[in-house]
Amino acid sequence: MKLTVLVYSAPYSSEAAYSAYRFTASALAAGHEIYRLFFYYDGVHNSNTSSTPPQDEFDLVEAWSKLIKTHKLDAISCVSSALRRGVLDPQEAERYEKQAASLGAQFVLSGLGQLVDANAKSDRVMSFGA
Amino acid sequence: MSPPQSPKTITFISRSTPYGSGRAKACLDMVLSAAAFEQQINLIFMDDGVWQLQAAQKPKSIDAKDLSAALSALPLFDVSNIFAEAESLSARNLEPASLAIEVKACSAETIAALIRASDVVYQL
Repeated sequence: MKLTVLVYSAPYSSEAAYSAYRFTASALAAGHEIYRLFFYYDGVHNSNTSSTPPQDEFDLVEAWSKLIKTHKLDAISCVSSALRRGVLDPQEAERYEKQAASLGAQFVLSGLGQLVDANAKSDRVMSFGA
Repeated sequence: MSPPQSPKTITFISRSTPYGSGRAKACLDMVLSAAAFEQQINLIFMDDGVWQLQAAQKPKSIDAKDLSAALSALPLFDVSNIFAEAESLSARNLEPASLAIEVKACSAETIAALIRASDVVYQL
């Protein structure tokens, strides 16, 4: 099945982001296709590589990054959600004259049109953290 | 990104207060994006989401943008299937006839039928 995973919530604030990660990994292991990961609202924090949990805790941002890289997934962080929350890529950081670009290298900033597209082309959209 | 091949029926259920969190705005942004790509849209307000419909909101006093003004843009995007759950309205003393925008008051059964007839449901 062709699936899109939509994540609304931040790592560590609730279990939902971790559940989304586990779901995605399990779906891939079961042979499903992940058409797109879309991080929206507080979910954009999943793409913030400045996230630095204690070393004895699960690093969800790192785990997402590895999963995306391994399976060559399309991972979008909603640009308007991300800018509000300080998750910038180098271009946006330069444009708005901010000190740091914290968007992970495996993620891309883009608009809600990417969710509409995913909605049209996936068999299911699974939402986490609504 | 290519445009979607065939429009899907998408139902959005907006259940949060207009200014207590960013959820109401986030939900409306999703609705407007989907509408821009000419999807079939149902928008349902229920639970605390019906507070978004209250007329004469004054959000400037808390340095917020007027969400109900944004709601009034929905007809421009051809979003006309707008519903509010009747019980949620009456529990909050909101009169269907005196809301910020025109909505169809409906029962939980109607909402269940809308959900069944949808390809995708988002709630926020």
